[in-house]
Amino acid sequence: MKITLNVWRQKDRNSAGAFETYTVDDVNEHMSFLEMLDVLNERLETEGKEPIAFESDCREGICGACGCMINGEPHGHVSRATTCQIHMREYKDGDTLTIEPFRAKAFPVIKDLVVDRSALDRIIQAGGYISVRTGSAPDANSIPVDKASSDRAFDAATCIGCGACVASCPNAAAMLFTGAKVTHLGLLPQGQVERTMRVGNMVDQMDSEDFGHCTNFGECSMSCPKGISLDVISQMNLDLLKAQLKGRSA
Amino acid sequence: MTKLVSGCPTGDIKTAWDRHRFDIKVVNPANKRKYDIIVVGTGLAGASAAATLAELGYNVANFCFQDSPRRAHSIAAQGGINAAKNYQNDGDSVYRLFYDTVKGGDYRSRERNVYRLAQVSVNIIDQAAAQGVPFAREYSGLLANRSFGGALVSRTFYARGQTGQQLLIGAYQAHAKMVQAGKIKMFARHEMLDLVVKDGHARGVIVRDLLSGELKRYAADAVVLATGGYGNVFFLSTNAMGCNVTAAWRASKRGAYFANPCYTQIHPTCIPVSGDYQSKLTLMSESLRNDGRVWVPKDPKDAWDADAGKVGRNPTSIPESERDYYLERRYPTFGNLVPRDVAARAAKKACDQDKGIAYNGRGVYLDFGTAIKRDGRDAIEERYGNLFEMYERITGDNPYETPMRIYPASHYTMGGLWVDYNLMSNVPGLFVIGEANFSDHGANRLGASALMQGLADGYFILPYTIGHYLAQNPGRAKDTDWSEFKEAEDRVSERMNKLLSVKGKRSIDSFHRELGLLIWDNCGMARNAEGLQKALDRVPALREEFWENVSVPGSDKGLNQSLEKAGRVADFLEFAEVMLTDALDRDESCGGHFREEHQTEEGEAKRNDEDYSYVAAWEFTGVGNAPKLHKEELDFEYVPLTQRSYK
Repeated sequence: MKITLNVWRQKDRNSAGAFETYTVDDVNEHMSFLEMLDVLNERLETEGKEPIAFESDCREGICGACGCMINGEPHGHVSRATTCQIHMREYKDGDTLTIEPFRAKAFPVIKDLVVDRSALDRIIQAGGYISVRTGSAPDANSIPVDKASSDRAFDAATCIGCGACVASCPNAAAMLFTGAKVTHLGLLPQGQVERTMRVGNMVDQMDSEDFGHCTNFGECSMSCPKGISLDVISQMNLDLLKAQLKGRSA
Repeated sequence: MTKLVSGCPTGDIKTAWDRHRFDIKVVNPANKRKYDIIVVGTGLAGASAAATLAELGYNVANFCFQDSPRRAHSIAAQGGINAAKNYQNDGDSVYRLFYDTVKGGDYRSRERNVYRLAQVSVNIIDQAAAQGVPFAREYSGLLANRSFGGALVSRTFYARGQTGQQLLIGAYQAHAKMVQAGKIKMFARHEMLDLVVKDGHARGVIVRDLLSGELKRYAADAVVLATGGYGNVFFLSTNAMGCNVTAAWRASKRGAYFANPCYTQIHPTCIPVSGDYQSKLTLMSESLRNDGRVWVPKDPKDAWDADAGKVGRNPTSIPESERDYYLERRYPTFGNLVPRDVAARAAKKACDQDKGIAYNGRGVYLDFGTAIKRDGRDAIEERYGNLFEMYERITGDNPYETPMRIYPASHYTMGGLWVDYNLMSNVPGLFVIGEANFSDHGANRLGASALMQGLADGYFILPYTIGHYLAQNPGRAKDTDWSEFKEAEDRVSERMNKLLSVKGKRSIDSFHRELGLLIWDNCGMARNAEGLQKALDRVPALREEFWENVSVPGSDKGLNQSLEKAGRVADFLEFAEVMLTDALDRDESCGGHFREEHQTEEGEAKRNDEDYSYVAAWEFTGVGNAPKLHKEELDFEYVPLTQRSYK
């Protein structure tokens, strides 16, 4: 099939970008979306032109490296899928696709579809861990975890850090991302000691980056390739409130 | 030929590691802050090592080419992690895990390394659970286990189908804490392009800042490579797009020996290639073989090969009597559960007989019809629902109704840089951990052992053994103005300029694809002297054409993904020769290395312990020159050498 692409091209962080149009003629329905871009890029490369810069690594939906807007939706219209998991059978001959980078002030564009998501790493560094020095852990079965908490913690822990939640949010908030880590660690007995400090430090870091605030649109959860629930945001707000009542100045 | 010395402690294997830890030198806690250590890579091995070294007080500079340390390819591991906890009370022990690993590696690993691995496996689970890694649990709240990869005990810990992700996030979080504490300086989007060796010791690296394009010099007291395997030499593999041999290969060019490069693991259950555009392959969990039955049509007329114009026959319309369940037929005891290498070769054999059933005739059926009839669709959905969904998403076929199509693919590489018992290469000060080294899996890795080894090296072995080296080399000067840094930087810069100046007509991927196919056909699931020689003759010509006709657009300033890729492919084009040379030299079959000349009457791998129970460590002698072989003899004191049999 034949697909027309309007792709955002931007030389670097400081240059203005613009859409460019490309046609890919021999698209096979079994190709993945990124393989379709590979085919186009290989053509551009042999013509001596700069290929479209985009990120991807595992190409099986787990590393979180890929991500762009396809027709205005992060990771495209397919639910619970990353960009690399979209296949061309989702589209039909003659379709036009508009491809843009994730748009958020906290995710500056580096080149074409590549954005800087290091703000998410800094949120984790601010407190998204349980401090346990290597070698100091007790026997694993000495900390039983009830299955319900363990399963809920797991659901939150499936976050791949792709940033689709931020890209889909009208406010470009990182509440789902931060809430997922706060919930994952906060529901486990191992995570209790640092629970109060953790939520405060992570939220402070989130606020100091260029993320917006949550106004409960819920787009984040809808666009999350792992289907992380909005509950994690409520959990984070609850933990933060408790932390403030315990005397943490917000 | 130099005889390589592993430095393994002698005496009782059960106390060897404890005695060794007492015997080696340690760095005084107050002095640790005087040492700078470079760690390259942030997967399970790299992240756990960086975090632990930083906790001990060393100053760590950590590099990865991805945009975040959390993206490293360890994240994609599905199945689980082995540990000799014996929580299931089914007779597991450190000794049993050790025994299984040596035997599974087809007697080509070092007993003492493997014993240590089995010993520290139990600490890994404690560490990860304390970090909040959400392992599967029973209703009691205690940890669950499963049996994996043909093991006779349930020793595999798992976190749904994403154990690698959860363990990596655990290590990444421990790492993030030390970044916040200022003890790890993290450089994401930085690719190591050379190792700097001064006075025979590894003293630094040259990295390229992938955003600015700038080359940078970093000096240190020791360098740790945790840069993964070389499975992408096949172009198509289950590795991530960015996985490469560059860091290890450049270290090899600076004098580190590359050990056993011909030991590669082919995973039997991956989704077959669907067209020329295929960029990578996806693994389907091995657990599917517990209920799926593997077959091909008996009559080649019913096979499917779009490339050869064969349309085939709908599998559901092929009656039982016209199907060949070749694993059940050939291996009545183990049936569909034979080990990975055996299952992979059997699939190749079926396809070589023109019975394959995928786009290019390279695929076999994995059929759940019998299991669904026996246990009901709900039971199968509960066991494999997420895998079936993943399969349908990729192929568009519904495996509840149509048999899955699978084919083997490159998955893991047991070979890697040679290291001694302290995980130090033959270049003093250069340490290699995780998949990047060669040490623990012999000629074949058991399921759920990769995660175990990466974390054992990073959390519990390297942080102690590196002290032995550092304590003997205190207070050395560090200066990036050394001529060795300038020479290394000039080399890197010259190579990049050369890539950019070719301005040829062929794409980078077209070379990688051609190399991959050549290696896959001649040094993949089955090898023979004739094919290996043919490939050895072809690689230099392909490499020459690459340097004359590759098209690398853009410049060395700013982000240039083509330039990154071209550098990695150029390295694969050099590395491939060592891999082929090793495969040709090893004139026996063992584990993942199957030489067709050496098989039993039943077509199984036939080892030659008399002549080949050694580690082959190859010294680089110049591009296009035959590498020089160094041997480390292997002794088996505890595990008696036997021929594997799965009949």
